[in-house]
Amino acid sequence: MELNDLYRDVILDHNRNPRNFGPLQNADAQAEGFNPLCGDRLTLRLKLDGDTIADVRFEGDGCAISTASASLMTEAVKGKTRAEALDVFERVHRLLTADDASGADLGKLAALSGVREYPARVKCASLCWHTLTKALSPADGAGAAVSTE
Amino acid sequence: MNRSAAASNAPRFDVATVRRDFPVLERRVRGLPLAYLDNGASAQRPLAVIEAVDDYERRHHANVHRGVHTLSQEATALYEGARDRVVEFLNARSRAEIVFVRGTTEAVNLVAQSWARPRLSAGDEVLITHLEHHANIVPWQMVCEQTGARLVVAPIDERGEVHAEAVEALMGPRVRLFACAHVSNALGTVLPVERLVASARARGITTLLDGAQAVPHLPVDVRALGCDFYAFSGHKLFAPTGIGVLYGREALLESMPPWQGGGDMILRVSFAGTTYNELPYKFEAGTPNISGAIGLGAAIDYLSGLDLGGAHAHEDALLAHASHALEGIPGLRIVGSASRKASLVSFVVQGVHPHDLGTVLDEVGVAIRTGHHCAMPVMEFFRLPATARASFAFYNTFEEIDRLAAGVQRARQLFG
Repeated sequence: MELNDLYRDVILDHNRNPRNFGPLQNADAQAEGFNPLCGDRLTLRLKLDGDTIADVRFEGDGCAISTASASLMTEAVKGKTRAEALDVFERVHRLLTADDASGADLGKLAALSGVREYPARVKCASLCWHTLTKALSPADGAGAAVSTE
Repeated sequence: MNRSAAASNAPRFDVATVRRDFPVLERRVRGLPLAYLDNGASAQRPLAVIEAVDDYERRHHANVHRGVHTLSQEATALYEGARDRVVEFLNARSRAEIVFVRGTTEAVNLVAQSWARPRLSAGDEVLITHLEHHANIVPWQMVCEQTGARLVVAPIDERGEVHAEAVEALMGPRVRLFACAHVSNALGTVLPVERLVASARARGITTLLDGAQAVPHLPVDVRALGCDFYAFSGHKLFAPTGIGVLYGREALLESMPPWQGGGDMILRVSFAGTTYNELPYKFEAGTPNISGAIGLGAAIDYLSGLDLGGAHAHEDALLAHASHALEGIPGLRIVGSASRKASLVSFVVQGVHPHDLGTVLDEVGVAIRTGHHCAMPVMEFFRLPATARASFAFYNTFEEIDRLAAGVQRARQLFG
């Protein structure tokens, strides 16, 4: 396993210049994510248009894997319905944990496939996705906190 | 035989010789020789410890304090022999003062629940410092919740230093207990415990020192320190995990109720009532970690055979070398610059998250700790989510530190 396979150019780029980073005014839903292992914290805010994620932004402080994963996630789910977004999460989850998942259908998110060779880092990549699930679940959507521990 | 007497007879400290005592140091990680710089989290075992545990498991295992048969007597002799090693190691007065526990965490919880809980009432205060490990915070928060007592936290400064005057100013009439680290696990700061314990005692305040990070680096003499309780973990002292020690002054331990009930901690049980066993067994309910205790005894024996003065001097040289090598790296900031530090360096690198740094360093065979070091209040004080921490033992080398510095440079290039 080469370090460059974990820290691919896409990951390094999204870590240096995270997309959709910053506050989101008048959000309809939000959730906090926290990884006690490394201290990663992120706040995810969503604007919903009916069932569709009209806008999504995140803030926080995390490692390169966590930041890049969140940045890539916001690009991937913007404009998608809840069900579509959760389906992307399912496929990313498989990419991060199952050896046979190629990520061929995931576009830029496939850059996260190197993470599965580093079991200690899988939680870094999945934190934002768990936070998204939390924000999208009607019962918890307002200010709920999710932890990967 | 005490440690200094042993050290004077020991051969001069030589790092290459000592490294041969630790089999794991021959390992390669990702194709490169392991540079193990995470000793503050857990230190490695010398062959003497591995063999002592192995010999016990192969030849002497039986339950202790129970049987009249040969193996039980041998196991008891080995287990109690290990306790005698600890008595000498800490310069305690007797076996009665040495309670075997799982580790520092359990020791602090024992004191919180058995000493503090029956004594504290609403308005009383427990005083700690801002530098503490969670194991020396949370047990006190729990007992404060249970009793209505208040947790008071003494400040640190920007160098990660605890000033005795600032702590003494908080030693008011309601403070019943003062608990602090001997050495900070997150920053390496050596606290002025001699003075703090003396000040607390002069005010009638009971004292507990968390020695988890101190015992591998400093000689500890509980009688000279004058503390009431001293706690440490075996695995940071080159012994197995799951064994640790609570030292307590006999009169205090005598006055405390048992913490857990069960076998071995009783003299007589009937449904009308139970008579507790004598010290220290009153606090050792159930079958103890016999092999762990034997491993701890062997670790202390191993250390007594070393030139400890030479070993500690080598650790100081490692700290100086690491501080110098890391300070020269642009964007790197060392967190914690106390005037007295144990041999560990906590640091952050601009643009590189500690967790990514840990992964990059692992790729070049260098093991360090990254994260909050179970000391979130320290991290919050420095407004950092996490740091990278390289912590040294006497078996580490200057070359390993140079590899650490080179790895940090590689990470800067990757993320820059």
